[in-house]
Amino acid sequence: MNLAYSAEYERFRTEVRRFLGEHWNEAPSGAADSIADLTGAHVRTDARATAFRLLAIERGYLYRHVPRRYGGSEQPGDPLKSTIIAEEFRRARAPFEIMGQGPSMLVPTLLEHGTEAQKERFIRDTLLGTIRWCQGYSEPGAGSDLASLRTRAVLDDGHWVVNGQKIWTSNAREAEWMFALVRTEPEKAKHDGISYLLIEMNTPGIDVRPLRQMTGDADFNEVFLENARVPADNIVGRRGQGWVVSRSTLKHERALIGGAHLTRRTFDGLVMLAQAVERGGRPVIQDPVIRNRLAELEARLVAAEYHGYRLLTLSARGNDHGLGGMVTKLYSTTLGYDIAKLAMDVVGDRGLLAPGEPNAPAMGMFGLAYMWSLGVLIAGGAANIQRNIIAERGLGLPRDARK
Amino acid sequence: MDFGLSEDQVLLKETIRRYLGSECPTTRVRAIMESESGHDAALWQGLADLGVPGLAIPTPHGGAGLELLDLALAAEELGRACTPGPFLGCAMASAALLASEDSDAKARWLPAVASGRAIVTVALGEEGGVWDAAALTTRARDGRLTGRKLLVPAAAVADAILVAAQDGDGPGLWLVERGAPGLEVAALRGTDMTRRVAAVTLGDAPGVVVAGGRRAIDRARDAGLVLLAADAYGGARRCLDMTVEYALTREQFGQPIGGFQGVKHQLADLATELEPALSLWWYAAHAYDHIPERLERHAALAKAHLTDLYDRAARVATELHGGIGFTWEYDLHLWFRRAVFDRAFLGDAELHRLRAADLAGW
Ligand SMILES: Cc1cc2nc3c(=O)[nH]c(=O)nc-3n(C[C@H](O)[C@H](O)[C@H](O)COP(=O)(O)OP(=O)(O)OC[C@H]3O[C@@H](n4cnc5c(N)ncnc54)[C@H](O)[C@@H]3O)c2cc1C
Repeated sequence: MNLAYSAEYERFRTEVRRFLGEHWNEAPSGAADSIADLTGAHVRTDARATAFRLLAIERGYLYRHVPRRYGGSEQPGDPLKSTIIAEEFRRARAPFEIMGQGPSMLVPTLLEHGTEAQKERFIRDTLLGTIRWCQGYSEPGAGSDLASLRTRAVLDDGHWVVNGQKIWTSNAREAEWMFALVRTEPEKAKHDGISYLLIEMNTPGIDVRPLRQMTGDADFNEVFLENARVPADNIVGRRGQGWVVSRSTLKHERALIGGAHLTRRTFDGLVMLAQAVERGGRPVIQDPVIRNRLAELEARLVAAEYHGYRLLTLSARGNDHGLGGMVTKLYSTTLGYDIAKLAMDVVGDRGLLAPGEPNAPAMGMFGLAYMWSLGVLIAGGAANIQRNIIAERGLGLPRDARK
Repeated sequence: MDFGLSEDQVLLKETIRRYLGSECPTTRVRAIMESESGHDAALWQGLADLGVPGLAIPTPHGGAGLELLDLALAAEELGRACTPGPFLGCAMASAALLASEDSDAKARWLPAVASGRAIVTVALGEEGGVWDAAALTTRARDGRLTGRKLLVPAAAVADAILVAAQDGDGPGLWLVERGAPGLEVAALRGTDMTRRVAAVTLGDAPGVVVAGGRRAIDRARDAGLVLLAADAYGGARRCLDMTVEYALTREQFGQPIGGFQGVKHQLADLATELEPALSLWWYAAHAYDHIPERLERHAALAKAHLTDLYDRAARVATELHGGIGFTWEYDLHLWFRRAVFDRAFLGDAELHRLRAADLAGW
């Protein structure tokens, strides 16, 4: 066990720092982006950011697992270098890999199953954020049981004619394209009748209607598809293979330490909040009950941070994450909720003030985090689905009966 | 950057696990725990022959010259097997002696502890939940000790006890040998019968100072906190493993109970908490030898968190075993009881969380 990086890696860190010092010297934008950070919405794609990303790709710092000919930097897999890059870019608040569903879900899928033409057409622009994607998986009748989806596509004169409805589609209004799962072989068993289609959002017959979340904002939408004609070539993988195609995950090194640094920021914010807010004439942080709860949360946070290093070490040694990887979503979303809840208790009665209200401590930022802690608990596989995965694949308990 | 175990460390764990698997099944645990002294010299000697008590003792003093992390990996295995014995007392005493500057005491006692020839323990806690050096009421004057120590582990079988006390200059550690006049050791009945405790009364008992100041006491306490966290992890993991196994075989309503979602989700939640918690005590153990400025706080956080989890694991395990889990004959309560010890010894979770908050400067 050794928490220091070797000289070779320290040299690499110095090199990354020098690069950032030379090419990204914008002052940090301050508090305003913290809320955006919490919701994961903040991605800069203006001309200056794009020029910087191109340079960083050129140098081998971003999209290391993507071949050069598709716009990546094609570096040998090295989780430690990836971690150093992520740490340094974060410290400099420099534009990093775009975290949206395009780069994180579509690109690996295309790399594994896409045609040469699809790779060339989409990957580079997706990595730079000039093509934005939304994920058209969930439907009103198909959430956790995604494979029961009913949106249909029928081949007609060189086009897939798509009819149906998607729901909870995040960023559908901003996205130029959607990667979607649709049913193309209705006569086959449920998992075998699905295909993976790339659908341009301005196709006639597509109607996007915002859905307002409990936060009051509308990041997600309903997407209605009525006789939307999609070129036959826009299928990824073969007909009926969509389920398998959609399971492609990132094979290498992606922001493994990911989650914990955001949680650390929120936690540090919570401590500052407890120091700033007074009750009964003294800072709330002097209350032993609050101190006790803070320390309880910090133990869980430190566990998450070093769990990240443990998983990183497993990757660096070429080992599987196993059970350790399966628990991270449930663990971090639960911890995020508990941190947000303590923040609500710290602000006490003023917690009833809405996010954005100037009289609310920290502009009500924690109220927003409190609500979002529910969004992330549900999105991308609700908590019970995570529990099933952990119990069945991690602990070897029997699978649920399924139809 | 490598936050994982070395091949040697994995081998160490396997060796201890194999040894305990054959030499310390729960039938033997029960025999030892129901014996008068609660101590099985042959078992302890076997562990000493594997090098366990000397893992973190430097080679010039007869140990293996490894680190607290290695000792904690042993603690994890002992916790997993619910092994009775004086491990904790000896480990804390070695940590204290290593922090002392008394080369005679080191030369005399460290090799003896490492080889299993002697049992040395630490008497720290006092009435009123006191575990801090600054609050001790036991007094030393002119090499004589007076006071009362509660909850001293392995005291009844110890050849020497390192007594934390205060003299005119503040806290320090004095070594009192077995049979010293004025030393009284009264065994107490503990919930955990695998690690015996005794009340130690000192009435003008002769003691030799081995360390002045609070550093040696703090080192012993921090080593103890980390080792309890490791013990708790080993025990909690075992509770989880035993329950998964049971849930796969016990059938009700025509199927294994492990097929019921309520059961699956309780176990999944437990696994979700335990997996990352491993890294918390690894880190605290690593800090003991490498990041001294972060040790106190992280040892406190680890002890509080892991022992709380142990309690939860033992509860869920017992609940999911149904009636059999509540019987004396079934082994689960051995771990449940051990969790009670781990939580309470050296101070409870709240005490250490409040210490951690102070140490964070909040
Ligand atoms: C903020 C947010 C953003 C989202 N963005 C997108 C997006 O961009 N694209 C997209 O396609 N989808 C998106 N989703 C949808 C998300 O993937 C689904 O909401 C999620 O998979 C759950 O499906 P559902 O809403 O139909 O709930 P249901 O599947 O109806 O589940 C309801 C409850 O039942 C439980 N449940 C279901 N099945 C079981 C079972 N077998 N055992 C035990 N409990 C069970 C679930 O845990 C849940 O608590 C988003 C959701 C949210 C909240």
